[in-house]
Amino acid sequence: MSGSIQDTFFEECEELLEATDEGLTAIEGGNHDPEVVNAVFRAVHSIKGGAGAFGLDELVAFAHRFETVFDEVRANRLELEPKLIQLLLRSSDHLCDLVATARDGGETDEAHHNMLIAALDEYIPEEEEDLTFEPMGLGAPGGFAPAAIDIPAAPTEETYRIRFHPMKEMYGTGNEPFFLFQALKELGELEIKLDDTELPGFDAIDVAESYLAWDLVLTSTEPRDKIEAVFEFVEGLCELSIEGDGDAEADAAALEALNAAFGVAPSAEDGDAAPAPFDQPAPAPAADAGPAPAVDASADKAPAPKADTAKAEQRGGPKPTLRVELERVDRLINAVGELIINHSMLAQQIANLDVADMRDVETELEGFKNLARDIQEGVMSIRAQPVKPLFQRMARIVREASSATGKTCKLVTEGENTEVDKTVIERLSDPLTHILRNAVDHGIEKPEDRESAGKGKVGEIKLTASHRSGSVCIEIKDDGAGVNRPRVKQIAIDKGLIPENAELTDSEIDNLLFLPGFSTAKEVSNLSGRGVGMDVVKNAVTGLGGRINISSAPGKGSTFTIILPLTLAVMDGMVVSVADQTMVVPITSIVETMRGSDDMINNLGADGTLLSIRGNFVPVCDVAGALGLEKQDDQPPGVYLLVETETGQRSALAVDDIHDQRQVVIKSLDGVCGEIAGVAAATILGDGKIAMILDPESIIAASPSAAAFDTERRMNNAVAS
Amino acid sequence: MQSQVEVKHGDQEVKHAQFSEFVSFTVAGQAFCLKITQIREIRRWSPVTILPHAPSDVLGVMNLRGAVIPIYDLSARFGLHQTEASERNVVIVVAVGGKPVGLLAESVSEIISINPDDIQDTPPVDSRYTMEYIQGIISHDETMVRIINLDAVISVPEQVMM
Repeated sequence: MSGSIQDTFFEECEELLEATDEGLTAIEGGNHDPEVVNAVFRAVHSIKGGAGAFGLDELVAFAHRFETVFDEVRANRLELEPKLIQLLLRSSDHLCDLVATARDGGETDEAHHNMLIAALDEYIPEEEEDLTFEPMGLGAPGGFAPAAIDIPAAPTEETYRIRFHPMKEMYGTGNEPFFLFQALKELGELEIKLDDTELPGFDAIDVAESYLAWDLVLTSTEPRDKIEAVFEFVEGLCELSIEGDGDAEADAAALEALNAAFGVAPSAEDGDAAPAPFDQPAPAPAADAGPAPAVDASADKAPAPKADTAKAEQRGGPKPTLRVELERVDRLINAVGELIINHSMLAQQIANLDVADMRDVETELEGFKNLARDIQEGVMSIRAQPVKPLFQRMARIVREASSATGKTCKLVTEGENTEVDKTVIERLSDPLTHILRNAVDHGIEKPEDRESAGKGKVGEIKLTASHRSGSVCIEIKDDGAGVNRPRVKQIAIDKGLIPENAELTDSEIDNLLFLPGFSTAKEVSNLSGRGVGMDVVKNAVTGLGGRINISSAPGKGSTFTIILPLTLAVMDGMVVSVADQTMVVPITSIVETMRGSDDMINNLGADGTLLSIRGNFVPVCDVAGALGLEKQDDQPPGVYLLVETETGQRSALAVDDIHDQRQVVIKSLDGVCGEIAGVAAATILGDGKIAMILDPESIIAASPSAAAFDTERRMNNAVAS
Repeated sequence: MQSQVEVKHGDQEVKHAQFSEFVSFTVAGQAFCLKITQIREIRRWSPVTILPHAPSDVLGVMNLRGAVIPIYDLSARFGLHQTEASERNVVIVVAVGGKPVGLLAESVSEIISINPDDIQDTPPVDSRYTMEYIQGIISHDETMVRIINLDAVISVPEQVMM
C-alpha cells in the first residue's frame, strides 16, 4: 500500500522536476516573471512536502534550502543574477539525482551535495536558516501558548482574526497546522484557540476526517498578504477566513466578489463588489491589475477547492489527460497489429475464392483496411509523446559537460512539442547524450579560441526536432570548429581503418567518425570518451530503424541529423522470395529495383560479381548466401534491389522474386533467438506465415564480396583522382 | 479415474496430492514425457520459417496467434537423428521463463499419472545429452519413459536472450 503511494509520489516528482526545470530554463532565458518564480518555488516545495512524508531526509534538507533561496528571490531580497541562476540550475539537477537515488537506491555524490548546500546556504540569510524544520515535538497544537514577541515600534499594528479549518485533504498533502502557526508566530503576537466542537464521540470518530478548527488572533505589523502567504500551500485545502481590524465591511464585499467570481451570485452584483477587498494594510498583489481587480484578486486567494480549477483556467488550463499503464496501451497496439494481419489474411482468402463478382467484397475490404489503419494510427498516437522532457534532460548534459571542460555553451531547443513514440524517446536518450557531450568536448572551442575566431564567447548547440514527411528528424547543430578532417583521416589511417592512400570526399571523412573503434579524443576524457565511439550512437539509431548523418563546415560547426521512423510497430516493406523463403525488405532502404539479365552481370575476380546499371558498376550481394541459406536450384537470381547504405555506397541485393509491397507489422525477435546477422525483425504475412525482415546494411556487411569491393572501390578512387 | 478412486479413501488424500500428471510422447522412437502443467498446447506440425544462421536443432519460427515462437527439434537436441518433419508430427508448446517455445515430437501418446516416489534417477550412461536433458525415468506399462528437464533443453543461451 505504502509502496504504491510512494510510487505515486515519485511519479509526481517527475512532473514537478520537469516543471522546476522548465521554470529555471525560462528564468535563465531572462523571464523573471514572479509567476515563473512562484511555479518553481511551489514545485520544489511539493517535492519537499512529499519527501518529508516518506522520511527522505536528505532530499527534504536539500529541497528546503533550495526552496528557501527561492523564497528570497520571490520576496525580491535576492536578485536573479547569472551566478545564482547557474547555482539554481545545478541544484535542480542535483534534486533530480536525489529523487532518483531515493527511488532507485544508490549513492549520491556527497562532495557535490555538500558543495551545493554550502553554495545555497550563502544565499540564505541567518534568521531564515533558523527556520529549518527543528525536530520539535508535534504535540497538540492547541497547547501552543500565546507567545509575546517584542515588536520594535509598530506604528500600523493590526489585529487579525483568523478562522482556520483544515479539510481532511490538507492532511493528505502532508501539511501540518503546527508549522503554519509557527510561521504565523514569526509575523507577530499570536493567540491560538482550538475549536474542537465538531469532534464527535470516540465511537463515531473517523480517523481520516478533520474535526478540528482553530481561531487565531494575530497582532502584527506585517501586511495582510504576508499572512495570506503563510496559508498559500493549503489554499483550497481548508476553510480560511482572515478578518482585519475594522475591515469587516471590505471583507463582506470581498466575499460577495468571491461569490461573483464563482458564479454563485448573479453577475449584476459585480458593480457592488467593486471595492477592492485587500486595500487595507497593503495592496494585494493583483490589486493593480485594472479596473475590476476585486474579482481577480479574490478568485486567486479564494480559500475554496474551486480555486485550483479557477487558476488552471486562468492559465489557459492544461488539457485533461489520463494516466494509463503503458502495458495496456501496448496490449492494444498488439491487438491492432493482429487486426492488420487478420485483414491481409482475409484479403488473401477472399482472393483465393472462386467468385465471379467480388467488387462489393473488395470495397468493404478496403473499408476494413482503412479503419484498421485509422485505429492503428490512433493507438500509436497514444504512445507518442513530446520530446520536451528528453530535451530538458539534454540541457543538463550540456551544462555538466560545459563545466567539466571549462567551456561555456548553451543549448537552444526547438520543436520541443514534436511527438515521437515513447520507446524512441527512451532509446534516443543515450545517443543524444553522447552526441551532445561530443559536441561540447570536441566541437565547441575554448572561450578564448572562440573569441580569436571572431565568434561569441558562448558556444551554441541547437537541438531541433521536427516531422519530415513521415519521419522524425532530430538535428544537433553546434557552432564549433567543425570536424578536423586531416586529423580524422590521419587517425583512421593510424588505426588501419582505411588504406593510407585512400582518397576520400569530405563527407566520407566525416562519416569515418561512425566507424567502430574510432575515437578522436587525444586522451580518454571521462566526458565523451568512455571507450565507446560514435559507432555506438549509430548502432542505437539504426536499431530504431533510423539513420544518422553528419555534415560539417570547418570553423562553422557540425550538424548531426537523425532521421527516425514515426513508429516502431509498422513499416512499409517489399515482400520478396529468397531461396524459397519469403522475406521483407524495408522500402526505405531500396533505391531501385530491376529485373536482371545475364548481360548485366560482370564477374570480377573469383567471387566478385558486379551489376551494370546504366554504365555504373555496383557490387552484387547474394542475399541467400549472406543468410547462409541453400538454394534449391541453380537458377540465377531474378531480381536486384538496389540499396544505398549510410555511407552512400550502393549495393545490389540479389533475390529470387518480388511479390508485393505492403505494410507489415514488426515483430521483434528478442527472446526468440539471439541477434541474427542480416535480419532485423520478423513479421506475419497474410497467409499466417512468419517472414524475416531483412536488414540490408548488415547483409551487405556480411557479404564478403561487397565488403572487399568497397575497399577496392576506394582504392580505385584513389587512383582515379 | 484414478484420482476419483483416491478421493474416496480419505486417508489416502495426502498421497493423492503427490501424484502429478505427465504427457508422454515419442521422439525418434523413444518415449519421453513432460509435466502436464508445463505444456500450454499441442499443435499439428506446419512448415516453419527458417531462421538464418540458426543451429541445426532450431527448426525455425512459427506464428502462434500473433506471437513469434522458436521451434526446436527435440530429436536433434537429444543427439538423435534429425527429424524429417511432416504433418503427422506435433509441436508441443511449452512456456519457458514465461515465453512460449515449440518442441517438435513424433507423436503424443497419453496422459499418465506418476507418483514422484516412482521416479528413478537416470542411471549413468555414456551420453552427454541424455544426462543433461533427462531428469529421471519411470516405468510405465513395462516401457521406460524419460522425464525431460525442460530448463536444460531450452538451454542457457536462449534463456539469457529472454
